[in-house]
Amino acid sequence: MSYAAGSNYLNHEKGLWSWLTTLDHKRIGIMYMISVFTFFFIGGVFAMLMRLELFDPGPLFAAQTYNQMMTYHGAIMTFMVIIPGIPAFIGNFTLPLLIGAKDVAFPRVNLLSWYCLMVGAAISFATLFFAGVDTGWTFYTPYSIQTSGTVLMVLGAFVMGFSSILTGLNFIVTVHKLRAPGMTFFRMPLMVWALYSTAVIQVLATPVLAITLLLLAFEKMFGVGIFDPNLGGDPVMFQHFFWFYSHPAVYIMILPAMGIISELITTFSRKTIFGYRAIAFSSIGIAAVSFFVWGHHMFVSGQSSFAGIIFSFITMLVGVPTAIKTFNWVATMYRGSIQLKSPMLYALGFLFLFTIGGVTGIMLATLAADVHFHDTYFVVAHFHYVMVGGTLMAIMGGVYYWLPKMFGKMYNEFGAQLSFLFIFCGFNITFFPQFLLGSAGMPRRYHEYLPEFTSLNKISSIGAWTIGFGFLIALAVIIHCILKGEKAPQNPWGGKTLEWTHADSPPIHENFATTPVVEAGPYEYGR
Amino acid sequence: MSEHEHHILPFKLYLKIFLSLVLFTFITVWVAQFNFGSLNTLIAMIVATIKATLVALYFMHLKYDDKTNAVCLLAGVFFLVVMFAFIAIDVASRIPLESTL
Amino acid sequence: MAHRITDTDGSHYAFHYKNSNHEFEASKFGIWVFLCTEILMFGGLFVGYILNSGKYPEVFEVGATFLDWKLGFLNTVILLFSSFTIALSIRNIQIGEQKKAFNNLLVTVLCGFGFMGVKGYEYSHKFHLGLLPGKFFNYTPHTAESDSHPTGEADEKPARSNASETSHVSELPKNMPMYFSFYFVMTGIHGTHVIIGMCLILWAMLRLKRGDFDPKHYTFVEGAALFWHLVDLVWIYLFPLLYLV
Repeated sequence: MSYAAGSNYLNHEKGLWSWLTTLDHKRIGIMYMISVFTFFFIGGVFAMLMRLELFDPGPLFAAQTYNQMMTYHGAIMTFMVIIPGIPAFIGNFTLPLLIGAKDVAFPRVNLLSWYCLMVGAAISFATLFFAGVDTGWTFYTPYSIQTSGTVLMVLGAFVMGFSSILTGLNFIVTVHKLRAPGMTFFRMPLMVWALYSTAVIQVLATPVLAITLLLLAFEKMFGVGIFDPNLGGDPVMFQHFFWFYSHPAVYIMILPAMGIISELITTFSRKTIFGYRAIAFSSIGIAAVSFFVWGHHMFVSGQSSFAGIIFSFITMLVGVPTAIKTFNWVATMYRGSIQLKSPMLYALGFLFLFTIGGVTGIMLATLAADVHFHDTYFVVAHFHYVMVGGTLMAIMGGVYYWLPKMFGKMYNEFGAQLSFLFIFCGFNITFFPQFLLGSAGMPRRYHEYLPEFTSLNKISSIGAWTIGFGFLIALAVIIHCILKGEKAPQNPWGGKTLEWTHADSPPIHENFATTPVVEAGPYEYGR
Repeated sequence: MSEHEHHILPFKLYLKIFLSLVLFTFITVWVAQFNFGSLNTLIAMIVATIKATLVALYFMHLKYDDKTNAVCLLAGVFFLVVMFAFIAIDVASRIPLESTL
Repeated sequence: MAHRITDTDGSHYAFHYKNSNHEFEASKFGIWVFLCTEILMFGGLFVGYILNSGKYPEVFEVGATFLDWKLGFLNTVILLFSSFTIALSIRNIQIGEQKKAFNNLLVTVLCGFGFMGVKGYEYSHKFHLGLLPGKFFNYTPHTAESDSHPTGEADEKPARSNASETSHVSELPKNMPMYFSFYFVMTGIHGTHVIIGMCLILWAMLRLKRGDFDPKHYTFVEGAALFWHLVDLVWIYLFPLLYLV
């Protein structure tokens, strides 16, 4: 098929309708990008309001208002940003390119998944206008059965869950069936291994969330009696069902981030990744073991201590493949030729912040210690270190890395580095004090706190506004790039994976003029 | 990717499987009239699994398909068993309180 | 809109596949991945059911006496037969017997109607007795015997007092509603899937009549069949669990 010069997926068809009915994975990825960024800013606004409340120990908003804000912050960030963020946005755009395919296995299912996210999000946001939910994003019973807004909110989450399932389903089949000739499993880029492992979790875990939310809705509407202790039900069983999904879910959040880091570190060290198979198997290993550890969210819930011991032990194990990856990334950099471009800055930021997050996770996995830490700010700091310090850093790095491929334009490097500075520093200022606050006993999900926690809270709030500012800079850099950036070459970073070596920036509608034939591994830098 | 012929099974085979399934359904009911106490559920599930295996292997062609399809099914079943097992361990090992009902 | 390619031998497939067989195998695999999600979703319900029946054995034992195992058995055979006929219809398409395929699909759908009919009968009988889920539970055994229905519930089937359907226990356990909550949620979600399956099969029949399928191109029917088999699989487990143990 011959293409007119300058023809690419962006100008292939014109008009809003061509976007809303597109079957092109690249366009769908961009639509996800816009959705996810928008939801991120909305969730961020709730965060800023929360940190405003927590600047002073006394109340600013009513307790219930604060509880609603923290619920929406959590629900938006979890279901609308971090879960779809990498797989559905970056993954959708890059996966077929990375394996030399022309599209994902089921393009119509792909489009459907985006609509599921949007419809589900609309339903969830609708609750803001009817009855704000104040249960926290975890919807624990029995309170979630008693309070308002639950049914609509879980319905929204249910629909968004299908978005995740369909994306995962698509990616699994794509990786199995659509790899270019010569691309064996062990010649796939590590980003693909990461997306595949993530997809397995999406497909296996999300249905359990679906049935849990459905049962919760039925419990509220019909008084089923499975989770409500007044009817003979077991609220701990709700937690079991809920965390059976939600723990693997956090690996949906972090595995693709690790995939991005693998790509960034090898490209910007101009060196073959150290321990390719170890990283590949670790991705699968993390996905598998993640299903066995959910009870570590429930150590003080009333779960038996015997079960708690089992979960604690297995959780320790899940740190091992993660550590293997971290050592391998560092070893990749050793004697590499390091380019400190902004994607690499974010990758380095990831290494530092995710390590702290991961190690504090092991502290929380220690049953006896968790009895003290549970429901304190220590937990809040831990998961923000891994989810923001980890996943969000990786998203930013991935966005800057692939932006030239997506839009064919280069962004302003200075602006990008400035965004990194504010985000990285702001992040630590916000969340490191929260480890100290948690250890000192400050509980989470409270709108007020004891006066002795004031100074650390003030520091944390100032940090939050700093991060916010950093993201505004990032947004400006990205928008400026899309509208006015300089034309990007096909391979600005000297990467070795197929999207850089064989596809234009931006790619043509069918990705490749001719199907690439793969004869070597993905990172042949010769070092 | 390897080419698969669309495998066509003989009518007699489908019929034999169907009749076996009906037979096992009779067995299901027959076995249920004996009380094995706490093993009742397990035995019923085992008979059901035999029937399910027949449906999956022959009616759903898993025996003749690419093995990935069967792995997919088994993976789902495996993790379901994990979910059940760990929750059951918790429920079974809790120290019972006085019922509030 | 993902444009399709037509080869010289008449086979057609989407542009990003190598050939129609490649697309068929990928589609089949995709459907299996989807079935996997259904297993985990229904599985969650089974986990809840089994664990609660362990905790409250008398609730579940008494509850089961309200179910007629003969009707459950009938439904099992109906679904097994329908699985047989839909597998046959695939075979028919594979060897070019389009008319037989259509007939087998028709029988499958009729079995579906039969299943839902039996279910409807069972449900209406329970509604009649006030055996409803959760907070609507209001068991009143005497109305099953009398002709007058004080609540005026619309009831298509005549109320038949069936010895195995009325409880032998005069005093029901306190959280009896839990049993019927599980019963209605599990059979309800299963029934919804039966209806979805029937719609898929009807659509397949329409497309078959339109000439959309031939021995090399019948992915949609394969998908509908696999979905229908799953519906059968779930019932294979549901029947003994609800009606027999």
